[in-house]
Amino acid sequence: MPSSDRTGAHAPETFPQYLLLNAERFTTRTAMRHKDHGIWKSWTWADLANEIRAFSMGLKAIGLKAGDKVAIVGQNRPRLYWSFAAVQALGGIPIPVYADSVAEEMVYVLNHAGVRFAVCQDQEQVDKVLSMTDDLKDLHKVVYDEPRGMRDYDHTNLHSIDAIQNAGRELLAAEGDAEWNRNVVAGKGDDIAVMLYTSGTTGKPKGVMLSYDNLVISARNGNSFDHLTENDTILAYLPLAWVGDHVFTYAQAYVAGYCVCCPESPETVNSDRREIAPSYFFAPPRVFETMLTAVIVRMEDASPLKKRMFDYFMEHARRVGEPILNGEKVALWDRTKYWIGELLVYGPLKNRMGFSRMRVGYTAGEAIGPEIFRFYRSLGLNLKQLYGQTEASVYISAQPDGEIRADTVGRPSPGVEIRIEESGEVMYRSPGVFVGYYLNDEATRSTKTNDNWVHTGDAGFFDHEGHLRIIDRAKDVGKLNDGSLFAPKYIENKLKFFPNVKEAVAFGDGRDFCAVFLNIDLTALGSWAERNNISYASYQELAQHPRVYAMMEEHVAQVNRDLANEEMVAGSQIARFLVLHKELDADDGELTRTQKVRRSFIAERYAPLIEALYDGSKEKYVETEVTFEDGRKGKITATVEIRDMELIPVNSAHKEAAE
Amino acid sequence: MNVHIREDMSRHTLRADDGIATGGDLLKVDNISLSFGGVKAISDISFDVRKGEIRAIIGPNGAGKTSMLNVINGFYHPQEGVITFRGKTRSRMRPHEAARQGIARTFQNIALFKGMSTLDNIMTGRITLQKRNMFWHGLWAGPAEREEIEHREAVEGIIDFLEIEHIRKTPVGSLPYGLQKRVELGRALAAEPALLLLDEPMAGMNLEEKEDMSRFILDVNQQFGTTIALIEHDMGVVMDLSDRVVVLDYGRKIGDGPPDEVRNNQDVIDAYLGVPHE
Repeated sequence: MPSSDRTGAHAPETFPQYLLLNAERFTTRTAMRHKDHGIWKSWTWADLANEIRAFSMGLKAIGLKAGDKVAIVGQNRPRLYWSFAAVQALGGIPIPVYADSVAEEMVYVLNHAGVRFAVCQDQEQVDKVLSMTDDLKDLHKVVYDEPRGMRDYDHTNLHSIDAIQNAGRELLAAEGDAEWNRNVVAGKGDDIAVMLYTSGTTGKPKGVMLSYDNLVISARNGNSFDHLTENDTILAYLPLAWVGDHVFTYAQAYVAGYCVCCPESPETVNSDRREIAPSYFFAPPRVFETMLTAVIVRMEDASPLKKRMFDYFMEHARRVGEPILNGEKVALWDRTKYWIGELLVYGPLKNRMGFSRMRVGYTAGEAIGPEIFRFYRSLGLNLKQLYGQTEASVYISAQPDGEIRADTVGRPSPGVEIRIEESGEVMYRSPGVFVGYYLNDEATRSTKTNDNWVHTGDAGFFDHEGHLRIIDRAKDVGKLNDGSLFAPKYIENKLKFFPNVKEAVAFGDGRDFCAVFLNIDLTALGSWAERNNISYASYQELAQHPRVYAMMEEHVAQVNRDLANEEMVAGSQIARFLVLHKELDADDGELTRTQKVRRSFIAERYAPLIEALYDGSKEKYVETEVTFEDGRKGKITATVEIRDMELIPVNSAHKEAAE
Repeated sequence: MNVHIREDMSRHTLRADDGIATGGDLLKVDNISLSFGGVKAISDISFDVRKGEIRAIIGPNGAGKTSMLNVINGFYHPQEGVITFRGKTRSRMRPHEAARQGIARTFQNIALFKGMSTLDNIMTGRITLQKRNMFWHGLWAGPAEREEIEHREAVEGIIDFLEIEHIRKTPVGSLPYGLQKRVELGRALAAEPALLLLDEPMAGMNLEEKEDMSRFILDVNQQFGTTIALIEHDMGVVMDLSDRVVVLDYGRKIGDGPPDEVRNNQDVIDAYLGVPHE
């Protein structure tokens, strides 16, 4: 029996305990990799335990005590991951923070949490934290990873991780680690392990408190569900503050003992993934979309022979790829042809994307376009969908191998109970259910019932196969004035499937008809413009180009034809649309940090445009304020064109499609 | 037990110490005059560059700024005057000798090898530091290979420093302008210069690129203790970055001193900054 299944009386309850266990059972196995100076460096579990022990004892030397809150600000770098366990070993509570959030956003979180320490990646993050010291009364010390540019800073309350680790090693040499070990062993499953601030599609961020039990049990369940062991590899590239990253690259990695690889920099993630070829991969739909767009764009530029080969075998994969992956019966000739395709097209393509060794892949966070999903599955990649929340330690439902549908999010995960309220809202209860929101009992009470059922805020239903389907946010599903159902996300997802459309926002609740904002995809359209000799000076100019509008009109018409075919939503065909003059951006608050559309905020910000959509005007002049990454503001102005669409009568739709 | 946290604050100086204290004269030019036939490009200019400082050279177009840089790195030979670098007075010197002595530069119009990758371009900056001769490098085995690995390590340090990991293997010709400028700075740094000459490092950049470049220049100066002499037209950048400024006009020096002093010098205002009299 593999030792990773230790769940008896001596099973570890906390991550520092798992660290020590892994150092014992996987001593020489690689625990972590990091590409630095162009070379992959690695640490075994034994190395990791030593590094973290030194780091932790150093933190103790500068005054970190049990119960202290520690902000962790930065990208996916090994030492920031180490700081989780180093802090937890002392009974402290790590709070990862989105590194790209602007100072005001960050100050709210750090203040609300009452952080006493901050571990920062580099000068940029240190500057950000130091600029808020007036507002942060509890902040005691700041620790940084990268020493560049830090030479002339006042080092009274500021230390490099190197110096902290050296101090820790000295302390270790002087008094040994007996006390530190006692501390680790004393850790209990119901202690708070981490606080994750939700990105807040609505209102101020809330601090979700997760206990060790929440995370450890969820991680164990997740690992056994997907058969993850110490032989797996994952690439750490998603924000540290996001629950998915915390569970996949920290909790599950410690519990299973698999290897976590940190990329060289955020810009090199794609080439680093190609080098590592992770066996377990997670990405929001946007990442898969971007990759697919890049492939299609490159194939457009490829030589005619390659293009024809690609088209031919992709067509074949679309037909038989998924059945083969699902283990269904497929004719021998088709299998042979698929095998040749693997050799000529699918294999090289997967290698190009860094998926050569991918065994399990997940997408979640948003619905993925069915065509995109099918593209990856038809290549033989075991891409699945998962439905989760910070409050659930991720897992609510997931698709078991072989039961994959593009439009469901699978069956309840191990240990999770799900029920549907009368209102259509999905509720769940599981071992991963959070302890509460930090210093916000009111919100905790309105989200979690006394018997531990949690409101997801999403509307959904179970289909005849017992798979959960999520339609939309419960509060977003609405009705048009004529009574037809309006599910904005459903329409938006259909639009976003087109490679040329990056983002779409649909309006219609309580209105006479459905209307949408579109965002063009600059990668796809930029390449199209280049090939067609269309010159443009800015994003704005390209977005308002007549030929781009014509193209968008064709996409919208296609979506309307699709909608007309589906009885439930046929009433909410798109009557009018416009192409936005600026890209929706998290820096302007239009998207969350996880790149989800903030509908109410957009409705407020672009109120004049929405008005114009419904008052019949042909164009509208707007001024929009934009925020640059350093916090300064600027303005862009534009005259945005609005197009009317022809609605397809529901009855004639079938006839038309048949022609 | 009380543990003392000790920060390692030593500088990773690029070059072996040359015995000049920080703040001492690294470079002195005395009474330099340069003319091309009848055209006097530079007449009787003297100034100094102190070790560890950022020294700016400013002035209107045609003032002789680039000519001055070309004189310093040995490309032009002045008819009159004396140049003292690292305590040694220089006779007629050629650019490659200047490079070997520790002067590296970037150019106003980017002068990279467009078809070569970022990595290879920066590697060329190490050529003056190669110890083995062409024979060994042709053979590329043993000592030459070991040496190349050392150079590659140094270059990777620079790539990390300038945050250009993602374009390591990209041909520089296909890079945006701002990044090409950064690669050029990387190549100059690869030579481990004692004195770094930058000819309009921000020209043609947008605001964000300028801010990045300013930070890199300050970091180079701080981290490696490299002395920098730069020509720049963006006054905001010049006043923020430099410790001292020398102002040229029609080949003559019309001002010299800390930014604030230069900013208020009436001659400089008349000739270049363009603020009217009271």
